[in-house]
Amino acid sequence: MFKVFYCVLARDLTLALRRRTDVLTTLFFFIIVVSLFPLGVGSEREQLRVLGPGVVWVAALLASMLALERLFAADYEDGTLEQLLLTGQPLALLVLGKVVAHWLLTGLPLVLIAPLVAMQYHLSGTAVWVMMAALAIGTPVLSLIGAIGAALTLGLRGGGILLSLLILPLYVPVLVYGAGAVSVSAIEIADTQPYFYLLSAFLMGSALLAPLAAAAALRISLE
Amino acid sequence: MLDVADLACRRGERLLFSGLSFQLRENTLLHVRGRNGSGKTTLLRALCGLLRPEAGSIRWRGEGIGELAEDYNRELLYFGHLNGIKADLTGLENLRIASTLDQDPADEPAILDALAQIGLEGFEDLPTRMLSQGQKKRVALARLILSKAPLWILDEPFTALDVDAVDLLQRLIAAQVADGGAVILTTHQEVPLTSGAIQRLTLGEDGGSMNQYWPEQPPQAERPTKTPH
Repeated sequence: MFKVFYCVLARDLTLALRRRTDVLTTLFFFIIVVSLFPLGVGSEREQLRVLGPGVVWVAALLASMLALERLFAADYEDGTLEQLLLTGQPLALLVLGKVVAHWLLTGLPLVLIAPLVAMQYHLSGTAVWVMMAALAIGTPVLSLIGAIGAALTLGLRGGGILLSLLILPLYVPVLVYGAGAVSVSAIEIADTQPYFYLLSAFLMGSALLAPLAAAAALRISLE
Repeated sequence: MLDVADLACRRGERLLFSGLSFQLRENTLLHVRGRNGSGKTTLLRALCGLLRPEAGSIRWRGEGIGELAEDYNRELLYFGHLNGIKADLTGLENLRIASTLDQDPADEPAILDALAQIGLEGFEDLPTRMLSQGQKKRVALARLILSKAPLWILDEPFTALDVDAVDLLQRLIAAQVADGGAVILTTHQEVPLTSGAIQRLTLGEDGGSMNQYWPEQPPQAERPTKTPH
């Protein structure tokens, strides 16, 4: 069972490495969006410090959104998705493999680059650590929930827009608690732990349920 | 092996066929014929379980394919209009992934051997996007050589293939039928069988509303000498 999961994961990573532009566009989109705000809002220290967490999270949301469309589309077009459905393996497991690969390619780079872009917002050392941790727990949730939307809108004309309308509202809890954790870390007496507990709960829940839902949606989309 | 009873499929508003019943036994080739748009591909996709039929049942060794789900998929090899290979991966990688997911991982020599048999020696390590249409199709067809599935469902497998490849594919199909397997295929070409029976199913088309079928089952077909394969 693990072998099948690993096989799909390795396959998607190999494919992405042969076509690196897709990975890089997501990353640069994130960097550019985050950098635009200080230019537009002005360089006042306190203001940026307040805005920072929210901006970074919204940018992460949009960047992960951008890459979602391609999660199943390429496999759909060349018929490999059809073959994945017929392999005799639990489809949810294959979907999970694809989602993990997707996160490693689009989510993890955001987590790693976050401290760098956060410098523009004068965030404190602790806040940066909290932000990285929150992104590390939160971005996989984005990929998992997004997979359901990507599967549902597969093969539809104008699927990209529909996907955003469908998925962005579902991202709200992650945004609220992810950005909340970073804001709260600036207050000395406040505790970020509840935020992390909640984010982790989102992660557990979506890791368990999202692959099943996405698998069911794929079967419908391919009919 | 496969029991189809009272099957009806709909594509949008149009009822493609209804009341379709047939049985498929071991050592049989089922040749589905019909004009363009008569529902051949839809029938094959329904038989794979990719498409939920409007009515009727499809049973594999006595059990509904819906309940069998993955267990049925493991017995099945489907070859559709799309090749189902990744253009950025090499032929070798494509086949290795396919065989791992089919749960009988073929080792590298077996895959190389299959690629050589299908006439792609020297092309194993090229991304398949560099290959011609026919060669891509050959990569996909190499799965047939590696497959141990008892049921093959092939949708127009002969298109884009040259004479040699057509000949090889015909031999593969004949060998599968001779080995106790079953093959369902759509093609506008005749497939000479060396052993086993050919069933023919013609999907009629009548303005898209009423559809007829007339399965004919020739007497346990001609059994010439078995050609070694």
